[in-house]
Amino acid sequence: MTSSTETVSKQDTIDYAARLGDDAIVIGHRLSEWVSRAPFIEEDVALGNVALDFIGHARMYYTYAAQLSNEQNSTDDITEDNFAYLRDERQFQNHLLHELHKGDFAYSTARQLLIDVYNKYFLEQLKKSSDETLAAIAVKAAKETNYHCRRSKSWTLRLGDGTTESHERMQLALNDIWGYSHELFELDDLEQRLVDAGVAVDCTLLKADWLKEVTAIIEEATLTVPDQEWAVSGGRQGYHTEHLGHLLTEMQFVHRSFPGAKW
Amino acid sequence: MQVIPTKSPTQFEREQFRRNSEFPELWQCLDQVKDPEIPALSLWDIGILKDIKRQGKQATVTITPTYSGCPAMDAIAEDITIAFKAHGIEKTVIITELSPAWTTDWMTDKGRNQLRDYGIAPPNDVIGGHEQPLNSDSKVLCPQCSSADTKLLSEYGSTACKALFQCNSCHESFDLFKHI
Repeated sequence: MTSSTETVSKQDTIDYAARLGDDAIVIGHRLSEWVSRAPFIEEDVALGNVALDFIGHARMYYTYAAQLSNEQNSTDDITEDNFAYLRDERQFQNHLLHELHKGDFAYSTARQLLIDVYNKYFLEQLKKSSDETLAAIAVKAAKETNYHCRRSKSWTLRLGDGTTESHERMQLALNDIWGYSHELFELDDLEQRLVDAGVAVDCTLLKADWLKEVTAIIEEATLTVPDQEWAVSGGRQGYHTEHLGHLLTEMQFVHRSFPGAKW
Repeated sequence: MQVIPTKSPTQFEREQFRRNSEFPELWQCLDQVKDPEIPALSLWDIGILKDIKRQGKQATVTITPTYSGCPAMDAIAEDITIAFKAHGIEKTVIITELSPAWTTDWMTDKGRNQLRDYGIAPPNDVIGGHEQPLNSDSKVLCPQCSSADTKLLSEYGSTACKALFQCNSCHESFDLFKHI
């Protein structure tokens, strides 16, 4: 990446940080839905902790977006909460894969495998961002992502190469979500500008490594990489599936019903 | 001549930084502030306390989060402010620094021993070193009976920073503070 930060518009960086925050908060919230519903207590705790890691990443991205927003307009007093709780569905720009419903345990496992391996390669590149704060967040998040990847991989192997039932459910889940994975590797104008400035990750370059690693795990788990041709996208432009609205309703309810509540 | 280091360079640097501070009384004051999740450990010993500056009745404290989603950070910031109030500091500004990212290498030797006494295995109690990732064959010294005959139950324990193990000798389950 080359550094030419002076050409970067602050608004672009705010939008980019918010997007990354959106991905993290949405998947973090989805994972938190497993708390008290996981197959056994240790896994319950693990899912809760992984959810918390993602919510932590979201807080770092949102706090940075808020800081830049306040620098841009000193009369504003924006915080991370404005991003998480006071924006509507169309303002969220997370990838669709993240917002899809919780599904059964195989579904959540398959999704997590695709996301965790993606994050591994994504954060490795974001560490090199010319934006120091984004690079620092990436260093922090990458350490935790290593643990996430190991967890996703071991569950994929366990379920894929497990019973007939678990194998079938894993394959069904992969078939269901595969079409949402392509969006992870798209660049829109905003990200292209930031890639040119050395701030954003060129995610089109991540696909080969991601596919190679995910394929190896899926095959080791005796599963098949889906060969479907359909692909859905639109999350980065604010076009969502029906699932996001329900998630936001639950996530934002308390904050919107009791503005400024403290306990 | 062979030099046998008794202290890791990282720890040496931290201690030197603290020794050179103009405000030793404030560092001592924060030795009383413990991690709310692990009350055995002070902020200094766990390695999240990075810098303290004082300008009259105002202080600036730089801390770094352990895990990014650590819910203890807000409580820690509050505890620091309260501890400083007793020292005549009316306003405490907490700066959360992300870079360089916190690592368990910053935990002091005293902190590691306190952790073990408290019943949590410190990261360096992983047999064969903590650098390689945990797996189902990983062995950790049991903080209760020191047996190495232990098994990994889950890579995630009671908090994100810990993994859950069980000792095959005394049958106690215990947390390992994971290397990060």
